[in-house]
Amino acid sequence: MPKFTKSPWVMHYDGSSCNGCDIEVLASMTPLYDIERLGVVNTGDPRQADILLITGGINYYNESVVRQIYSQMPEPKVVVAVGICACSGGVFRDCYNIKGGVDTTIPVDVYVPGCAARPESIIDGIVQALEVLEKKSAASAAPTEGESNA
Amino acid sequence: MKRTIVPFGPQHPVLPEPIHLDLVLEDEKVVEAIPSFGFVHRGMEDLASKRDFNDYLYVVERICGICSYMHGMSYCEGAERIFGVEIPDRAKYLRTIWCELSRLHSHLLWLGLLADAFGFEALFMQSWRIREKILDMVEDSTGGRLISSVNLIGGVARDMDREMLDGFVKQFDKMESELRSLTKVFLKDTTVRARLFEVGVLTKTDAILYGAVGPMMRASGIELDTRKLGYAAYGDIDFDIITSNGCDSLARCEVRIGEIFQSFNIIRQAVAKIPDGEICISVKGNPKGEATVRMEQPRGEALYYMKANGTRNLERFRVRTPTFSNIYSLLKILPGAQFADVPLLILTIDPCISCTER
Ligand code: SF4
Repeated sequence: MPKFTKSPWVMHYDGSSCNGCDIEVLASMTPLYDIERLGVVNTGDPRQADILLITGGINYYNESVVRQIYSQMPEPKVVVAVGICACSGGVFRDCYNIKGGVDTTIPVDVYVPGCAARPESIIDGIVQALEVLEKKSAASAAPTEGESNA
Repeated sequence: MKRTIVPFGPQHPVLPEPIHLDLVLEDEKVVEAIPSFGFVHRGMEDLASKRDFNDYLYVVERICGICSYMHGMSYCEGAERIFGVEIPDRAKYLRTIWCELSRLHSHLLWLGLLADAFGFEALFMQSWRIREKILDMVEDSTGGRLISSVNLIGGVARDMDREMLDGFVKQFDKMESELRSLTKVFLKDTTVRARLFEVGVLTKTDAILYGAVGPMMRASGIELDTRKLGYAAYGDIDFDIITSNGCDSLARCEVRIGEIFQSFNIIRQAVAKIPDGEICISVKGNPKGEATVRMEQPRGEALYYMKANGTRNLERFRVRTPTFSNIYSLLKILPGAQFADVPLLILTIDPCISCTER
């Protein structure tokens, strides 16, 4: 694992999950798994967050909320889709109110599989997100590549 | 006095799930709370008409990740009633044990979240640390931490051997003594008491009037527990209904803590009594008929209705979940509360939004 220049804060939002992945996200912050040892702090405010953990697929009612949260986060930002529902819609993909995975609405950088995603894989997803974040901040700091989405 | 409206949610730091309330405030006091729902509505009941009834079991388990086991079990009970089959005794006991393990992990989860809601971080971490041991037991016996998929129509898919069952019971003693010292903080600590005592009072009359269920109702002094109907092996097990006459948040905490220790005892009894034998019978054909199942989940009574017309798909599947019933009580206790107590009061009903909205 490379060295990171900053301690990223994560935020969690429930797209339309069954709660299973949500509590696994919370469980990964508690003593047994403890992602805080990676410098990660859980925050409730999108304006302070670097990494957005989304559980569950996107439904038509929640879509605008997810878009809004994403737009409120400062650049550079990373989105992690936690659980099969967030990756593709999962068991709910044929439900009338489900649009699909998170990537139908906002760009996703890391996909964490599993139903429910295990805390171990969530931690792995966050570590990968840290690397993506590092790349993104390096790219946005470089004067020649001034593209905002880099 | 001038009124202000403060929107609460859908994204907020209290619960992992989205819920939206418009709080009408007069100064710091809530005068009205107007909820709006549907942020996690998926349309699962409709899916029953698209999926084979055997496969739909796996969808039902995902109504809610916390009570996943109980949802699956209720669905199977309903289907078994439609088919008119009786499952083997060993399967009944195994279901009882898993049910109580789910109750334990759900109540410990709630204790942690409650501690978090009144800002006691260490207590939150401690509760979840103990909860992980329960999840290890669930994982050892079913293979999954939350979504276990261990129920089948006609029984259960996995057995537990003597060694494993005795191993669980052996671990309980240590966990109980750890929990005793932990729960003492919830019930006796002065600062915690100050946040819970006489906050969010729901009188006995109101609890009946607003149709509260589960620990919410039992904390208002009503003695009712659907487990006494004797589904699974509960008929053979000796337990008392835990109630409290406090009617406030502290009483709800007390009832849930009481139920944690009660669950340990129920599992102990079930382990001592479990008979040998088959764990599953085969059920063939398509269901035809109707069934209604009532079941006590960690959050209260859930009601399932199933209607089958002899094809591979169910004609109608309907769930009334405990949070749905308890939201009325929440809207009753919010007016008059302090603004700072709102997160706490939302938590005292132990809300599960994904159940409610499906
Ligand atoms: S992936 Fe599974 S556990 Fe996670 S939200 Fe979806 S159904 Fe629930």
